[in-house]
Amino acid sequence: MSEAPLLTVRNLRVTFPGDEGDFVAVRCISFTLGRERLGIVGESGSGKSTTGRAVMGLVGHPGRVEADEMRLGDTDLLRLDERGFRRLRGKRVAMILQDPKYSLDPVMSVGHQIAETHRCHFGSNAKAARTAALEMLAAVHIRDPERVYGLYPHQVSGGMGQRVMIAMMLIAGPDLLIADEPTSALDVTVQHQVLAIMDDLVRSRGMGLILISHNLHLVSAFCDRVLVMYAGRVVETCVASRLSEARHPYTRGLLASLPELGRRRTELPQLQRDPAWAAP
Amino acid sequence: MILLEQVTVRYGSGAGRITAASDVSFEVAEGEAFGMVGESGSGKSTVLRAIAGLIPHAEGRVTLDGREMQGHRTRAARKMVQMVFQDPYGSLHPNQTVDQTLSMPVAIHHLGDTDRRVSAVLQEVGLGREHRYRYPHQLSGGQRQRVAIARALILEPRILLLDEPTSALDVSVQAEILNLLARLRRDHRLTLLMVSHDLAVIAHLCERIAVMSHGGVIEVTTADALAAGTVTHPYTRQLLRSNRGFDRSGAEIVDVAS
Repeated sequence: MSEAPLLTVRNLRVTFPGDEGDFVAVRCISFTLGRERLGIVGESGSGKSTTGRAVMGLVGHPGRVEADEMRLGDTDLLRLDERGFRRLRGKRVAMILQDPKYSLDPVMSVGHQIAETHRCHFGSNAKAARTAALEMLAAVHIRDPERVYGLYPHQVSGGMGQRVMIAMMLIAGPDLLIADEPTSALDVTVQHQVLAIMDDLVRSRGMGLILISHNLHLVSAFCDRVLVMYAGRVVETCVASRLSEARHPYTRGLLASLPELGRRRTELPQLQRDPAWAAP
Repeated sequence: MILLEQVTVRYGSGAGRITAASDVSFEVAEGEAFGMVGESGSGKSTVLRAIAGLIPHAEGRVTLDGREMQGHRTRAARKMVQMVFQDPYGSLHPNQTVDQTLSMPVAIHHLGDTDRRVSAVLQEVGLGREHRYRYPHQLSGGQRQRVAIARALILEPRILLLDEPTSALDVSVQAEILNLLARLRRDHRLTLLMVSHDLAVIAHLCERIAVMSHGGVIEVTTADALAAGTVTHPYTRQLLRSNRGFDRSGAEIVDVAS
């Protein structure tokens, strides 16, 4: 890739102090992201969500974020204060979380929530924000935007709620979208509709996407490149379509422990963890 | 072992009445592992609950081990059918130790010999003595699910109902739990009835699989047929595609009613 990377992360460390010493959630990870789809996979506690949150400036006190370099376009994220991050979030980098039931405001209609984002970032008036929100709802394939605009989160299905989230996140035109398990709370058939919509929008707008997931099949089929995380470290980076040829024993162990249609085994191989994987 | 004949379950009354499962019929032989797949709201958990006796069925017949279940169940009938729930975070009492959680069913069913039973069942599900006096929050997700399985197993049931037993777990832990369930089934000649949205998980453990949608069984197929892709119903085929990672063709909407 000849153009400058969208996101550069060099030696990112995230530490949470605790009673028994510091807990290091992310240990010296480095990656760059262009206008591509990058997957981050790993088990719970591997630091994949914390990495996404660090980029958004969402690691709260008393967590500490340190890095040699963390840059979004020409913005140095390490020098940004809370005000700076507030301007950045939504406008240049946006995040979609797992469950729309919990991440949407329950007492505000979904249309208002989308319009609010528009007003915050563009200072637009109510009418312009509403028009933009309706356009955005149509862009995420919602058939009757006028009707859905007035619905409250409890009145929409999981798949529709997640499309509302995507609409809200993309309305300010960010360069980077971080999707943290965006479809794990959805039924499999709905998952694919939501992913297809997200994919179309990200491609047509030339955005970068980080997809955080524990689902190896999904990431391998959807992304261009995959980082495999274990105990706060990136143990392997590979081309997504070649995830099945991964070489690291951790990745191989994860893949082997998945039950597979058409390959019946009386016993599934269990992952034998090697302490050396967590070492530098 | 399990025989369902035209079972219908409804919730609520009057205008708000919902038929969650309608006209569900299937038979599971002793020692068999039977699976149910479908999306949320397809009625698969409702069917499990009707078999467990947690909710009454409005119509049809539920027969377990040759005896029809109606209204109030005897203690022996309840002991025979035990259930493992999806989320071990939610299904274990947060203020009770593993020991208390496991002793309670023994006391309710007057089985006696609590101490020996608890330590035997813990060993069986692969937990050590050090876990016995811990609280749920001091255990990992996989260990918690082992406790939930132990809780069901301690009553020596003949039928084990599993409602998404691994969907809250990491894949490496999922493999451990699936291996444990397969071993328990062999050792105790358990009849398993498992609900999941993951076709690969279901096909790993079960020989026959019912596909559910909108409260009804639309197809009963086998794990081999799923693997070979020789399923007939378009909805099942779409589920199959969706389970093979991201694929544009999985995104099209198949209307089951048609």
